[in-house]
Amino acid sequence: MTVVRTRKGVRRASWLRRAVGRLGFAFLLFLVLSPTIFVFLWWLSLSLKPDVDNTAYPPIFIPPHPTLVNFAHVLNDNPFGLYTYNSMVVATTSTFLSLLLGVPAGYGIAKAKANGLAILVLTSRMTPGLSFLIPWFMLFRFLGLNNTLWALIITHLVIGLPITIWVMMGFFEGLHPELEEAALVDGCDIWGAFRHILMPLARPGMVVAAILSFIFSWNNFIFAVILAGQDTRTLPVAIFSMLNFNQFAWGNLAAAALLVTLPVLIITIVAQRQIIVGMTSGSIKG
Amino acid sequence: MSTSMPEARSVPDSGRRPSAFRRKRTYYRFIYPALLVMALTIIFPWVFNVYMSLNDWGVATPPVFVGLGNYVSLLHDDRFLNATWRTLYYTILSVVLPVIFGTIAAALFNQEFPLRSFLRGVFIMPMMATPVALALIWAMIFHPQLGVLNYLLSLVHLPPSLWIYGPDTVIPALALVEAWEWTPLVMLIVLGGLAAIPTDPYESATIDGANWFQVFRHITLPLIMPFVMVAAMLRTVDALKAFDVIYASTQGGPGTASETINIFLYLEAFAYYKVGYASAVVIVFFVIIVMSALLMLYLRQKTLWT
Repeated sequence: MTVVRTRKGVRRASWLRRAVGRLGFAFLLFLVLSPTIFVFLWWLSLSLKPDVDNTAYPPIFIPPHPTLVNFAHVLNDNPFGLYTYNSMVVATTSTFLSLLLGVPAGYGIAKAKANGLAILVLTSRMTPGLSFLIPWFMLFRFLGLNNTLWALIITHLVIGLPITIWVMMGFFEGLHPELEEAALVDGCDIWGAFRHILMPLARPGMVVAAILSFIFSWNNFIFAVILAGQDTRTLPVAIFSMLNFNQFAWGNLAAAALLVTLPVLIITIVAQRQIIVGMTSGSIKG
Repeated sequence: MSTSMPEARSVPDSGRRPSAFRRKRTYYRFIYPALLVMALTIIFPWVFNVYMSLNDWGVATPPVFVGLGNYVSLLHDDRFLNATWRTLYYTILSVVLPVIFGTIAAALFNQEFPLRSFLRGVFIMPMMATPVALALIWAMIFHPQLGVLNYLLSLVHLPPSLWIYGPDTVIPALALVEAWEWTPLVMLIVLGGLAAIPTDPYESATIDGANWFQVFRHITLPLIMPFVMVAAMLRTVDALKAFDVIYASTQGGPGTASETINIFLYLEAFAYYKVGYASAVVIVFFVIIVMSALLMLYLRQKTLWT
């Protein structure tokens, strides 16, 4: 009886309460999202205004005369094509090698329950990048590899390989063991079962691993800032050195920064689902 | 982790199918190539680091064995000790803020609303964007005279701040950027936790007339606490290691006001070329990170059963 009366009471006041609830919800959502949206819109606004407008006070939010002159400056004054090429080669090659090595390894670790290796992967995740960088720097100097793209590709394996192994481990553990057994009964050996049955099934996992390896290699700064020379700079290093030379060219800096991160932002929106799976399944970051 | 799958033991070993032992050896063959590469790129640096840390080693001079000398000097190096406190200060802010805001954001994104998927994509952009690029933009936003942030504060009659350009405000300002950048990760992890919560406790609570805050406080929060703690652990490790945004926007300055362990380490190794000394810092730093992660794991175990 009492229960019924409570429900009726709830229903009577419900339209008001629901309206207030919706409004409160929208307000909270606005609060949570506004810092993100504001920074990116301000960034876009900076890149589309000449510096007279960028350093005006009070700030001009909506560009009165939007212009691409900042982008033109950045592209003309810097060998941006070369830096983009460097970033592309390093990120794709290290991602490819990470998959080549990491997909079988993820499978092997999942099936052999090689937990020691899983712990090795986790520990490498906790290690500061500089602990790799100092020995590499000495080693590459000895080998004469400093200032080559190969040095960057090799070091970026430390970003891509653990991500790939971790994501693939999770994927292969999630596949039914019966699939492999059936292949073995049909006369495949373990390699054949992996190659023809399991790997095609794990393709979604490979996509996740590839996207994350690529992005974290693309974004990496600390390795390239030390190991790259004038001609092997990647994009993050390139914009960092622009900062040192033109402190007050805000429009140019914003445009360059936007060009560098735009591919990543596009991937984030397009492949949102894969990124969420990857970032939460192992929660590994480079 | 990897222990949860039941092993396919039920299949009898017969005919040409490999025995369990031979099979395990075959599986290890899948691992060896990656293991070799990891030995060269990950394990070799670790070992070499320990060796370097026991030597007085500059880049151009031959190494001189000094035993634990570098570690002893570290204990008396005020610059290192200050960097350590600064790192802890930065880390606490960079864990607490994203955990609070990330949990709130997860509670919001757990509801149905228009454009949810797109807005979630927008919300996770900061954690995927190139950190150096973010550092440049934030340095402009923080500019004391021309920056947009002080202007926004003046609109709501709050006093301006020097942000990353003042020695007292630089650490909280950098932690603000870190929080802005990594709140999405906490949100995603907690959101995953919320999706896994059973619905029955909610039904009985609603029938009992609990309001939304009571429901959140007594039902939701305890259930998602393990996820929040995992997020907090990841945040701890990453905040301790933070480098890109700090180095790109302040390079440890003004003065040494934002010199965290990682920045100190970088300068020792690549500005002063004290490689042996820097290696000792690496080892101590690594121990600090692992201990913090273990502490967070211990705290997480405690939340599991309360």
